[in-house]
Amino acid sequence: MKFESEFFNIGYLDTLSYRDTFVHRLDPRIKITVSFIFILFVVSFPKYELSALIPFLLYPVFLLTVGNIPFNAIAKKILFVSPFAVFIGMFNPLLDTNVLLAPFGIPVTGGWVSFLSILVKFILTVSTALLLIAITSFPGICEALERLKLPKVFVLQLLFLYRYLFVLLDVALRMLRAREARSFGKKGKEIKTFIKLISVLLVRSVERAERIYQAMLSRGFKGEIRVLKRHTLRVSDLLFGIVAVALFYFFRKVDVVNFLGETVSGYLR
Amino acid sequence: MHMADALLSPAVGGALWAGTLGTIILSAKKLTAKMDDKLIPLMGVLGAFIFAGQMINFTIPGTGSSGHIGGGMLLAILLGPYPAFLVIASVLMIQALFFADGGLLALGANIWNLGIYPCFIAYPLIYRTLVGHNKSPKMITFASILSVVVALQLGALSVVLETKLSGITELPLSTFLALMQPIHLAIGLIEGFVTAGIVIYVHSLRPDIVEDLEGVKSVAAGGSIKKVLIVMAILAVITGGAFSWFASTHPDGLEWSIEKIYGKPEVPVQENPVRENLSKLQEKTAILPDYALPPKEGEEHTENPSSPWPAVDPGTSLSGIIGGLMVLALIILFGFGIKFMNRNKAKM
Repeated sequence: MKFESEFFNIGYLDTLSYRDTFVHRLDPRIKITVSFIFILFVVSFPKYELSALIPFLLYPVFLLTVGNIPFNAIAKKILFVSPFAVFIGMFNPLLDTNVLLAPFGIPVTGGWVSFLSILVKFILTVSTALLLIAITSFPGICEALERLKLPKVFVLQLLFLYRYLFVLLDVALRMLRAREARSFGKKGKEIKTFIKLISVLLVRSVERAERIYQAMLSRGFKGEIRVLKRHTLRVSDLLFGIVAVALFYFFRKVDVVNFLGETVSGYLR
Repeated sequence: MHMADALLSPAVGGALWAGTLGTIILSAKKLTAKMDDKLIPLMGVLGAFIFAGQMINFTIPGTGSSGHIGGGMLLAILLGPYPAFLVIASVLMIQALFFADGGLLALGANIWNLGIYPCFIAYPLIYRTLVGHNKSPKMITFASILSVVVALQLGALSVVLETKLSGITELPLSTFLALMQPIHLAIGLIEGFVTAGIVIYVHSLRPDIVEDLEGVKSVAAGGSIKKVLIVMAILAVITGGAFSWFASTHPDGLEWSIEKIYGKPEVPVQENPVRENLSKLQEKTAILPDYALPPKEGEEHTENPSSPWPAVDPGTSLSGIIGGLMVLALIILFGFGIKFMNRNKAKM
């Protein structure tokens, strides 16, 4: 079942995020900011750019290897991720038939180049988002969001959402299992049954929220969640940020790929 | 219909993020002004409910395929515009991070497309107006189908416009619209029907829940929606303008306009000092200057002068491929190097 496996994936990424490596220890604020700047740099390339995007792979590869994240886990997620970008990009080779390149005499149309460019951008941006959560715990992200001046109410309920996600997913899975045990094939999946099932889930959720609130009140909740460990900006955090952004800027301005290629092919000739 | 980073330009993505962020801050302000502490766990749990509810699938009548709820409008009906918007934003944020639905830049666009329309347009203008006093099941069904359809149509339209404005796809506007709008009309009809069913059934199970929520809602719903819409629009326009200004003063924008003037990709004088030095070095090492093989007699040139990007000579494209493979190899080597070092460290 697709959703069931996605559910376990949340848990898996969550466990990965509690490892202890250089990139895991970085201040979440730095990681969020640098990743966002990275994505801005990647999408700032014009649509026919392909070769200049390749050096940008360095950043996700760095996070993956230094963070000791299994390559397969991320690669599988990228492959199965929502195919909207691929679906829309697919039309480019059909519609844009100007020949742009002709390596080894094989004509390549602009549509293929821009489609490949979309794919490369897709891999770069999606892997960065996944790696960000694989190397940063969700409470860490929430702490960073709050200290990046996002409203407290927003961050607080986000934290709640995440905590109860696992609990409610368990409830929903139990209900699904019960439905499957009582029905054959497509029976039991009609809209009518579905509405009743999900309404019960909703009622249960709201009742749970009421109990949670009572429990929190009795433990002295005053609209704030306190945490023991807060991150502080260290020199290594700043250094990481500066070096990373400088590198992105360098890769954006200087076409490293073409320079290398030209030099080498020059020697070959 | 989640947008993806790869389809967005920085100007469009940035503008939508600004509008979305402004709306999040404003919604949170509205909430804290007349805050009921009870609302925070309720919002969190209902957000988690949307996730859990999306695991339960149903058969879409007439097609045999299965679907699940989106839940945006349901949240707006249960919680009211401001809290619902924050919850939708959170759900999408978690989806962007854990499921990599779209990406981080596209998250702003996704929150806009799926949050703003149900919360600040469809709910206050359609649902609340229709279901104000007449709370009959028929009216609830009609109102929720209509509002979900409108919200989804606006969302799908926004996806089309955002992609078009970013200039990444070759898809003509009319084809794109014909692809997106009818699908979302069908989705909207079903989602609206299901939403109404849930609201009515929950009301019959535990009327106090819906009415309790009604109370919370009236506390949280003070203030005018108009203000939100105005703030949103202004923020989006300002950032969009700033970003596109940035983009046009960017060397690449410059190169584009230079191309238009000369009608050629290569500018007579290289303006980049780094590149200049490198090209001097390159000239010494290369046998053929100007990076390209001379065009053979009779070789066909399919150059299109009106195309926005120049045709590239085969020689340059060859060096691009060689360089690309080399950089790729270097990065992979770098990755394996770090892996190797990690393993050694673990052994010690």
